[in-house]
Amino acid sequence: MNRVPATAAPAALALGDDALVLSHRLGEWAGHAPVLEEEVALANIALDLLGQARVLLSLVGDEDELAYLREERAFRNLQLVEQPNGDFAQTIARQLYFSTYQELLYGQLAAGDGEFAPLAAKAVKEVAYHRDHAEHWTLRLGDGTPESHERMQRGCDALWRFTGEMFQPVEGVDADWQKLENAWRESVGAVLQRATLIVPEGPRGGAWTAGAGRQGLHTEPFGRMIAEMQHLHRSHPGATW
Amino acid sequence: MTHSDWPLWEVFVRSRRGLSHTHAGSLHAPDAEMALRNARDLYTRRSEGVSLWVVPSTAITASSPDEKDPFFEPAADKPYRHPTFYEIPEGVRHL
Repeated sequence: MNRVPATAAPAALALGDDALVLSHRLGEWAGHAPVLEEEVALANIALDLLGQARVLLSLVGDEDELAYLREERAFRNLQLVEQPNGDFAQTIARQLYFSTYQELLYGQLAAGDGEFAPLAAKAVKEVAYHRDHAEHWTLRLGDGTPESHERMQRGCDALWRFTGEMFQPVEGVDADWQKLENAWRESVGAVLQRATLIVPEGPRGGAWTAGAGRQGLHTEPFGRMIAEMQHLHRSHPGATW
Repeated sequence: MTHSDWPLWEVFVRSRRGLSHTHAGSLHAPDAEMALRNARDLYTRRSEGVSLWVVPSTAITASSPDEKDPFFEPAADKPYRHPTFYEIPEGVRHL
């Protein structure tokens, strides 16, 4: 696999870790999803993300070493994607926030001529489906029963403070971050409004909000997540099946 | 919401342009839009199709097993019913 120039490695790591970590979180739904059809849908999304992660991490180094042998502080993913699944509504809120961001970001990268343009052009089609899936569920849960509405609102509120971090510029990613944030707010705001949900208020940036995943600082649940993710490889180095 | 609250849908997949949609299976979904998405995830993730139909299972009228004989056992002694007396031109597939 061709490695990217050293200047692009931090970017490949950041985008790759987003995909890897969210893929693992979605994989945790296997055996637990509310219905069989949805379990397959979430697993499909997880596999799309895992494919993206493999390509991105392979640009930096050995994909297995990077995924299985790095310590928590060496991961560069957004804190949003490491947040626990919560109930199904919270998972959908995380999907809505992240896939909207990812589609817009990859759309920009695909339109450019940087290192990531070919990868982004391929991934953006997958991600468009992830966003569509999240939107449809947001509409149905938000505009569903009183309980589904309340849970969907709670999920959106709980994750709101992690959304500011998405628009901190990533070294080596050639994107218009302000444009990205404006488009994201417009898109997510429109979906929430159609779903009869309230766009959460509250800080999304600054010293007292979440968001230092790109610097290697992670929230408590992340440590437990990577312990589970890495345990097999660390116990049995090189294990295959 | 439990699974049994959701209606059943029949899924039809067109594998290539020019072919008809064929029945692929069934699934549960709360409405048609979601049924289409579930069908995409369940039946076309390995490039099996270029078009999908979903139909509420309740919209299908099926023949009854009791009527099996009058429906499906025509007399076998009328070979002129079977279109076997002409050559199929080369290059015509899927006939």
